[in-house]
Amino acid sequence: MINAGDTAFILICSALVMFMTPGLALFYGGMVRNKNVLSTIMQSFIVIGLVTVIWVLWGYSLAFGPDVGGVVGSLAWFGLKGVGLSPSPDYASTIPHQAFMIFQAMFAIITPALITGAFAERMKFTAFLFFILLWSTFVYSPLAHWVWGAGGWLGNMGALDFAGGTVVHISSGVSALAAALLISKRKGYGKEQFIPHNLPMTITGTAILWFGWFGFNAGSALASNGLAAGSFVTTHVASASAALTWMLAEWMHHGKPTTLGAASGAVAGLVAVTPAAGFVGPLSALIIGGLAGVICYGAVVAKSTLGYDDSLDVVGIHGVGGTWGALATGLFASTAVNPDGANGLLFGNAGQLWVQFLSVLVTCIFAFVMTVVILKVLDLTIGLRVDDEEEVRGLDITQHSETAYSL
Amino acid sequence: MKKIEAIIKPFKLDDVKEGLTEIGVRGMSVSEIKGFGRQKGHTEIYRGAEYTVDFVPKLKLEVVVGAEMAPQVVELIEEKAKTGSIGDGKIFVTSLEEVIRIRTGERGKEAI
Repeated sequence: MINAGDTAFILICSALVMFMTPGLALFYGGMVRNKNVLSTIMQSFIVIGLVTVIWVLWGYSLAFGPDVGGVVGSLAWFGLKGVGLSPSPDYASTIPHQAFMIFQAMFAIITPALITGAFAERMKFTAFLFFILLWSTFVYSPLAHWVWGAGGWLGNMGALDFAGGTVVHISSGVSALAAALLISKRKGYGKEQFIPHNLPMTITGTAILWFGWFGFNAGSALASNGLAAGSFVTTHVASASAALTWMLAEWMHHGKPTTLGAASGAVAGLVAVTPAAGFVGPLSALIIGGLAGVICYGAVVAKSTLGYDDSLDVVGIHGVGGTWGALATGLFASTAVNPDGANGLLFGNAGQLWVQFLSVLVTCIFAFVMTVVILKVLDLTIGLRVDDEEEVRGLDITQHSETAYSL
Repeated sequence: MKKIEAIIKPFKLDDVKEGLTEIGVRGMSVSEIKGFGRQKGHTEIYRGAEYTVDFVPKLKLEVVVGAEMAPQVVELIEEKAKTGSIGDGKIFVTSLEEVIRIRTGERGKEAI
């Protein structure tokens, strides 16, 4: 039975999550040099176009279509065949199936867009498009099926992932690491300065991400109910507390509280609470977010000693923050908050932490290996990087024949 | 005629401008520049990584006056722009061959 309130809520949440990807474009765009701002924005923006088309044709079917061995959906729903306006028997029984499908589409869009931060300022646009096409098809859809699809094996194992800690954040963060290692450093990395060209743009993007994340997490209740309200609150609390702790950590470590630090912390908190949002209470969210700010700050600082050029810190924020969030769900989850969830270690169920750990491990291995394979194939066929001269002139002019700012 | 170019700390502009106006200087140009001298650069922090920025923002003030007035102008800029700490800037004085006021076609000191 279609419920009007639930349907209205999920449609609005879908629009909110859609808005996160342009928000991400600004978040990333502000952090690159001004010769690469349009190409960086484009790498998020055009994903809305590309992944939507993939999703409607085969992506949704592979992720949520009739289960094949717990591993992937079949192509029975190719072109949204049979995905209609009455509720699906398997997913969200009070809203039209298409509402569920379009809500999920927005998740499928932002996930590969997150990875682009790792190879910003040096990837060839054609290689980027093929990468998104292949990654969305062969990494995102199967992974979404494992965790959320009816019959998916990770979901059946009891792994808790409320809104996409493993599917969205760990998968993108780990793929970002693979991409940064394979594409290698930007020209002049370690010698030249790579200073963000427009931090107000980044802060604007952060605000949009924070705003949209309410749709992402509260909407994952898939109904307009108490669980949605609880997830809304935990989402906000974790983000707020992580913004504070990142700022404080950087203040103590480097002597200054920075706006980029506060913004990065807010995003780290949102990432960490994503798997936990509907399974934990507000005070647990406060701790999850607070620790996320410090842990992710540490991970980002460690990058320079580890020596890979993850340009915009996708690994440190999404990979590490997502991993922390997935494990924290195994610590803080409580059936008092959500009877459909499970208790975590702190509520007497140590087994849940083990299940969470396994789901993290599996996601990491799968996403890393698949990303390496995809990028190797593209490197051998069309090449991943622009040439040195194009890189120095900037991707805006060489890939798109545009410049962002004219004087 | 002399052209006096002064590289100064941006926050000193108002003091210098007021002082110059008081002693009868009627026009000046100012531009935002970046550079370094003995001060070297400053440090910026992004996500816990420190960057040394070599070129720091300064202002360049340009004033043209008659030769007899130049020492007074230099002295005033020196006094007003000074903080005593490193990075106060420099003053360059050069002789100027010709000045033309475009509107009237006046030449030399008349055109200043």
